[in-house]
Amino acid sequence: MSGQAILETNNCTIRFGGLTAVNELNLSIQPNEIFGLIGPNGAGKTTVFNLLTGVYAPTEGVIKFLGQKVDGLKPCKISAMGMSRTFQNIRLFSSMTVLENVMTAYHVRTKQSFVDAIFRSSKHQTDEKAQRDFSLEVLEIFNLAQFANEQATSLPYGSQRRLEIARALATNPKLLLLDEPAAGMNPQESVELMHLIGSIRERFKLTVVLVEHNMKVVMGICERIQVIEYGKSISLGTPQEVKNDPKVIEAYLGAG
Amino acid sequence: MNTLLRILAWLGASIVAVTIVESILKSLKNYQIMGSDIITDYGLNIICLMGISISLAVSLQLINGYTGQFSLGHAGFMAVGGYVAAFITKSTLTGANPPDQSLLGTLPVYIFALCAGALAAAIAGLIVGIPSLRLKGDYLAIVTLGFGEIIRLVIENIEAVGGPRGYIGIPKFPKWTWLSAGGFEGTFSSLSWIFLFIIITIIVVHNIVESSFGRSLVAIRDNEIAAEAMGIDTSFYKVLAFTISAALAGFAGGLYAHLYGQLVPNTFNFVRSVEIIIMIVFGGMGSITGAVLGAIILTGLPEWLRIMAGLRSDSLPSWINKSLGYLPDLRMIIYSSLLILIMLVRPQGILGNYEFSLSKLLGKSSKNLPKTTEEKKA
Amino acid sequence: MELFLQQLINGIVQGSIYALIALGYTMVYGVLRLINFAHGDVFMLGAFIGFYTANLLGISQPSVGALILVMTVSMAGSAAVGLVIERFAYRPVRKFSRLTSLITAIGVSLLLEYAAQFVFGATPKSFPTIFETQNISLFGNVTISNDSILIIIVSIFLMVMLNLIVFKTKLGKAMRAVSFNLDVAKLMGINTDFIIAFTFALGSALAAAAGILYSVHFTKIDPLMGLLIGLKAFVAAVLGGIGNITGAVLGGLLLGIAEIMVSGYISSSYKDVFAFLILILVLIVKPAGLLGSAAQEKV
Repeated sequence: MSGQAILETNNCTIRFGGLTAVNELNLSIQPNEIFGLIGPNGAGKTTVFNLLTGVYAPTEGVIKFLGQKVDGLKPCKISAMGMSRTFQNIRLFSSMTVLENVMTAYHVRTKQSFVDAIFRSSKHQTDEKAQRDFSLEVLEIFNLAQFANEQATSLPYGSQRRLEIARALATNPKLLLLDEPAAGMNPQESVELMHLIGSIRERFKLTVVLVEHNMKVVMGICERIQVIEYGKSISLGTPQEVKNDPKVIEAYLGAG
Repeated sequence: MNTLLRILAWLGASIVAVTIVESILKSLKNYQIMGSDIITDYGLNIICLMGISISLAVSLQLINGYTGQFSLGHAGFMAVGGYVAAFITKSTLTGANPPDQSLLGTLPVYIFALCAGALAAAIAGLIVGIPSLRLKGDYLAIVTLGFGEIIRLVIENIEAVGGPRGYIGIPKFPKWTWLSAGGFEGTFSSLSWIFLFIIITIIVVHNIVESSFGRSLVAIRDNEIAAEAMGIDTSFYKVLAFTISAALAGFAGGLYAHLYGQLVPNTFNFVRSVEIIIMIVFGGMGSITGAVLGAIILTGLPEWLRIMAGLRSDSLPSWINKSLGYLPDLRMIIYSSLLILIMLVRPQGILGNYEFSLSKLLGKSSKNLPKTTEEKKA
Repeated sequence: MELFLQQLINGIVQGSIYALIALGYTMVYGVLRLINFAHGDVFMLGAFIGFYTANLLGISQPSVGALILVMTVSMAGSAAVGLVIERFAYRPVRKFSRLTSLITAIGVSLLLEYAAQFVFGATPKSFPTIFETQNISLFGNVTISNDSILIIIVSIFLMVMLNLIVFKTKLGKAMRAVSFNLDVAKLMGINTDFIIAFTFALGSALAAAAGILYSVHFTKIDPLMGLLIGLKAFVAAVLGGIGNITGAVLGGLLLGIAEIMVSGYISSSYKDVFAFLILILVLIVKPAGLLGSAAQEKV
C-alpha cells in the first residue's frame, strides 16, 4: 500500500457469544478513494461499519482513523473526528423536517454555547444562520431543497436515502460510510446516485466506503473492492480483479 | 456584552409584564359580578397553583417531551428544591440573627434560597439522569419513580424538617413590587414571583428547544443511534436535559413552599409526578403550549367541578342534582378516566406538537422558508 | 441466631406474597412488554372481593372450606376484572407506542384506586376472620403462625400450577410463543388476543390469591393497599428478570427477606428506601435482572 491510510484495521475481530461476526479483518482505506465492501448476505458488512463507527467495540484488534486509535471510543467522538455514515435501515429523525434533519447533524461543529442559545445571543443567531445556509446548500446538491420544510419521513424511499447522505455530510466528514445507499432504488435512481457519490467526493474531498448489493453501482464507482464472507476477507483488488477471483465466484454462487 | 443586555432587557420586560397583570388584577379587586368578588384570595391561590403547575409541566416537557426520556420522578425534584429553599429561608429569617426585616434585607435571602433549591434539585437531576444512560423506556420510568420515592422517604426521615408530619412555619413571600402594597398581600406577592418564574421557564425551555441544542435533544428522542452517529453526545445531552429540568422543578418547589408556608412529604409522592405527566400528555408531548394548557385545565379541574356542582337548582331533575353534588369527590376518578380516554382517542395529546406562535398568528412564517429552485430561477 | 431465623421466616412469608403478585407483572410483561401498573390494584380488588364475599355469605366460623370458597370467588372475580381492563383499556392502545400503553396503565391504576376509595370508603376495613390464626412454636423463641404456613403452602401450590400451565399445556406453549414474538405467533395461527386475555386473567387470579392471603395475615385492607405492595412486587419482578417466571419467584423471595432483615437489623423506616435502592442498583448493574436476558437494538 502506498501512502498513509485514512482508515486502517488490524486483525479486527468481534464475537457475539459463540458467533464470530468479523474475523481478523484487515482494511486499509486510502485518502480520497471510493472503496467497496461486498459479500453475500450475512457476511458481516454492516457489523464492520458498526465496528468502525464505534457502535460496537472489537473483541480483538485495532482500528485507526487518521492515524489515531479509535476502537472503544463512543460513536459521537468518532463522528466528531470526521467519520460519518448512513444506515441500511433508514434512521432519519422522524419528527423533524428535511432541513432540520441536516441541521441537526451540523450540531457537531456548532459555534454557539448553551448560554448563547438560552439568551439568543448574536453568536447563536449567526450560528443558526450558518447551519441553515449550509444545510440548504447540501440539500440543493441532493435535489431535496424543494422539500426542505416537509417532514423527513414523508419523502419517497429513494429521497430518504439521499437525505441520509446529505445529513451525514453536514457533520463535515473526511470519511463517509454508506450502508447500501442504492437499496430500494430503481435503475435510473441508482445511476444518478453513482454520479452523486462521485461528485460529492470531489466537492467535499471525501473518502467513501460503501456496502452495496447492487453490483452495477459497486463495479461502476469503486476504485478498489474488498470481499468478505463469514466475517473473513477473501479478496481485495480492483473491480476487474475481484470479479474474476475464483474465491469470490464461489462465495456468491457456491462451490462447483 | 450583548448577552448581558439581553438578560437585562428580558428581566425588565418580565417585570413590566408581571406589573401589568398585577395591576389589572388589583383594579378588578374592587369590582363585583352578581354580588360576588371577581378576584378573591382563594381564586388567586388557584392561579398561583396553576402557575407552579405550568412551570413543572413545561420543565418536564424538556425530558419527556423533547428528549423522549420517560421520567416519573419530577415530584422528587420539586421536593428537593422546596425543602432546601424552605430550610434556608426559615433558618435565616427566623433564626438567631435575622437580617433586617425590610425588603432589602429579606429579598436577597429569598432569591438565594430559591436558587440554592434549584441547584440542589439540579444535582439530584444529575444523579437521576445518569441511569438514563443505560436504561430506556419503561425501565427508565421505573428507576426515576424509585429515585423520586427515595427522595420522599429520605425527607420523611429527616427530623430537622419535620419528618413525615411536615415542615411548617416557612416564611411566606415578602411584598416586593410597589403594587403589592395593600390588598392581598401574601398571595399577591407570591403571584408576582410565580409569574416571573413562569416567564423565565418558558423562555429558557423555548430557547433551548428552538436551537441547535434542542434539535439534538429531539434527535435523541427520534433516533438515538442516528443521533450518536451524527456526533451528538447523547449521554451528555440526556443528563443535561435532566439537570436543567430538575433545576426548574426545584425552583418551582421553592415557590410552592413559600406560597403555602408548609411542606408535607406525602404531597411529593409518585402520584404527584404522575399528575405532572398527565398535564403534558393531555396537552401534547413536545409542545410548550400544550404543557401550559394541560397545567391550567388539570390544576383547575377541582374548581371546574366545584363550579359545576354549584349549578344545582330546583328546576333540574333530582338525579342530575345528585350527580352534580358528587362531582367534587370524583376529581381523581375523572382525572384518571380522562387520561385513559385521551390515550384511547388521541394519544398525542390535545395539541400534539403544535406550538402557539405570535408571528404565525400574524401570518408571518416563523421559519424562513427556503426558496424553491423554481422561485430562484424566476 | 434465633432472631435471624425468625426474620428469615417472616421474610419468606412476605416474599411469597411479593412473588405471587410479581408473577402477574412478569407474565403480562412477557406477552405485551407492558408494565401493568394496575396489577397492584387488582391485588387490592381481590382483597375487597374476598371481604364482601365473606360478609355477604355471613361466614361466622373460620374454616378451611370458607377460605377456599372466598379465595375461589375472589380469584374468579379478579380474573374477570383483569379481562375487562385488558379488553377495554389495553387492547385498543396496543397499536400505539409502548409509552401510550404505559400511561394508560397508570391511568387504569389511578382509576381503580380512586373508584375503590369512592365506593368502599377510604378508611381501612377489618378483614373477617375466615381462618383461625395461632402461633406454632418451632424451637426456642422462634415461632411461625399457621397462616404463615398457609401463605407459603398456597404460594408453592399456585406456582407449581402456573408452571404446569405454562410449560406442560398447549395453552402455555402458545403463551410462550406469544411472548417470544407476538407477530410471528399470530402468523402461526395462534389466537394472540385470546392468549393475551388469558394471561391477564391468570395474572389477576394470582394477584387476588395474594390479596386474600395478605388480608388473612395482616387483617386490615384499604383501597390504597395495592400501591406500595404493587410497586415492590414489580421491583421483585425486575430484580429476578422481568418476563421470567422463575425470576419473579426468586426476586419476590429475595426482596421479602432483604426487607425484613433491613427492618429487623437497621430500621423499619428505611425498608422502602432499601427496596427502591435494590431496584436502581440492579437495573444499573444488570438491566435485565438476575435471570433475564438483555435484548439489544439492531443497528
